[in-house]
Amino acid sequence: MTIFTKSTLRLLVLALACLVFASGCASTPKQADLNLGYSLPKHQAKDVLKEDVRYPIDVYDPIEGFNRRAYTFNYYFDKFLYLPVVNTYEFITPDYVEDRVSNFVDNVFEFNNFVNNLLQFKLKETGITLARFLINTTVGVAGLWDPATGWGMPRQTEDFGQTLGHWGVANGPYIVLPIFGPSNLRDTTGLVVDSVAFSTVGPPAWVDNDDAELVFMGVSAVDKRHRQSFRYYQTGSPFEYEMIRMLYTSKREIEIEK
Amino acid sequence: MSARFHRLIIAAVILAWCGAVQAQAYDYPFPNPLVATVINTPAEYAAPLPADLPIKTATLQLFPDREVPGILWNLDELGYSYIRQKGAAPVVFLVAGTGASHQSPKMQIMQKAFFQAGFHVISISSPTHPNFIVAASTSGVPGNLEEDAADLYGVMQAIWQSLGDKMEATSFNLAGYSLGAAQSAFVARLDEDRKAFNFKKVLLINPPLNLYNSVKLLDAMLEENIPGGPDKFADAYDRIIARFAEAYAHGEKVEFNNQFLYSTYKYKAPENDQGLNVLVGLDFRLSSQNMAFASDVMTKAGYVVPADLELGRHDRVTQYAKVLSRLSFVDYFEGIFMPHFRAKNPTLTEADMIKRMSLRTLEDYLRTSPKFGLIHNADDIIMLPGEVDHLRQVFGDRARIFPYGGHCGNMSYPDNVAAMTSFFQKN
Repeated sequence: MTIFTKSTLRLLVLALACLVFASGCASTPKQADLNLGYSLPKHQAKDVLKEDVRYPIDVYDPIEGFNRRAYTFNYYFDKFLYLPVVNTYEFITPDYVEDRVSNFVDNVFEFNNFVNNLLQFKLKETGITLARFLINTTVGVAGLWDPATGWGMPRQTEDFGQTLGHWGVANGPYIVLPIFGPSNLRDTTGLVVDSVAFSTVGPPAWVDNDDAELVFMGVSAVDKRHRQSFRYYQTGSPFEYEMIRMLYTSKREIEIEK
Repeated sequence: MSARFHRLIIAAVILAWCGAVQAQAYDYPFPNPLVATVINTPAEYAAPLPADLPIKTATLQLFPDREVPGILWNLDELGYSYIRQKGAAPVVFLVAGTGASHQSPKMQIMQKAFFQAGFHVISISSPTHPNFIVAASTSGVPGNLEEDAADLYGVMQAIWQSLGDKMEATSFNLAGYSLGAAQSAFVARLDEDRKAFNFKKVLLINPPLNLYNSVKLLDAMLEENIPGGPDKFADAYDRIIARFAEAYAHGEKVEFNNQFLYSTYKYKAPENDQGLNVLVGLDFRLSSQNMAFASDVMTKAGYVVPADLELGRHDRVTQYAKVLSRLSFVDYFEGIFMPHFRAKNPTLTEADMIKRMSLRTLEDYLRTSPKFGLIHNADDIIMLPGEVDHLRQVFGDRARIFPYGGHCGNMSYPDNVAAMTSFFQKN
């Protein structure tokens, strides 16, 4: 990939980092009273909700209007493009081969785990990740198998969003990314940095073959959705958007704490 | 013969008898009913059920002219699932429990178990699930067992109309768990008059005896177990998440599912029942919240949403979720349910309605009809003391009461799966 020159890349990362820090300072604005100008419902927010009570369902979400639309877009994207492709893949590929593909993809992305464990000074985990990559690439035949896990070296998943979180960067506003799904400003920054690092200095740079990279990216996108059982609007809850927003936030909290 | 020899024989007989009892002992792993209800049956203890089955999902449009407000746009057609045998086979209709969809984990257990036992299986969401309220409920106000049963019956007929040519039925049967079991009893009663299916057998799994009693128990589990009271829910939530985080630090990935709950439990079992009560109560509160919102919006009841406000597809509704999170089932009963039924019949009292929300209204029928079977747990947490015994007495030898399992926690345990399928298989 040659879209990013080194200097524009540095600028981009810097800009995103600034945004993350700025967002960490902003506080949650009060939600406008939805009922203004309408007849009064039996149970009103002003009677039931108290100022000083925290609600886990409240997540800082200043661009909720955009996010809700992106959420719906993702549903349609899934329905008409992503899932049909994934279903076709699952239909023609035996489970055994699917698992080999997943292992292969995971092994290539060990690069990001390595870098982010290192950036968090998790030296043991960095060592395990390096050892995993070496073992699985050789004994595991280019990563198609994962003998390392069986030998007591489980995968040490870390991404740049977690690295930022580890060093105290707050979530920032919640963002529903088109196609990628739930995120926030910190994790979106992480995603961009991880992808840029991956393609400029990671495995694609070692191979330096644009076609191979393109194929790999396609395969990993299909593999990722194949392994993710979540389906938009399947919960049937009218508050699915809020529930996912809350659970995503908690899930990241749990992952960062590790 | 010497007395000693006699004693020896008696001892041998007693030992043999104990051995026989031992062989029948019920070894479900969680004697604590709250643990059972939260964790259910982890894969390592569960009956082996087929993983990849050709399960189909489809949708029905029951009220083509019904206008669905934007905020509920994705719920306007009723989803259901089915799986069919090759050739002729008996059909089982399944009805889900409170707030659950046709694809809920417990519905999948039943679906797989009955398919494996040779049945065509058709799974229907609970009349309290938002999708059912929006797409299939005549009144939009769930909770009246008789009305909900009539809606379910209509749905079953509509589904059969579209599946009838694809499945060859040798008989029709019915099974439900939790609230779905109570509704199934009413569906069966209705079928005695309408005779569209002539259900051969009907299985009730962990039904409440009185719906109102059970939901009050569930509401109390949440409200009375948060240290510092409901205002401190966020702290309780944080503690639960911290617990997950702690377990995850020793595990692999975060997925909010049963297996993850189980690894958290295995990592460190809770010191007391408080958190477990909160989890059970919270699960129920989330279902009630969804149900009340769908009902409020569909009937313009002015419960938490202003009656004259039409919420669009992308409107913010977090505030309503927060208000609903603080309201109980009794609030729904008084705020939406009673006004709806009183509008039709002004003399109706709360006591009348509560009485109707009970299997006791069908007691004579349940006592005498040979088509019923009951599977329940002696320690079910949604039952008041004596209620399980009452059901045991009503169903007599058609009842199978397990000593443990809490509320539906043991449904995929091998003995339970065997009890479910053998009920339909034996003649």
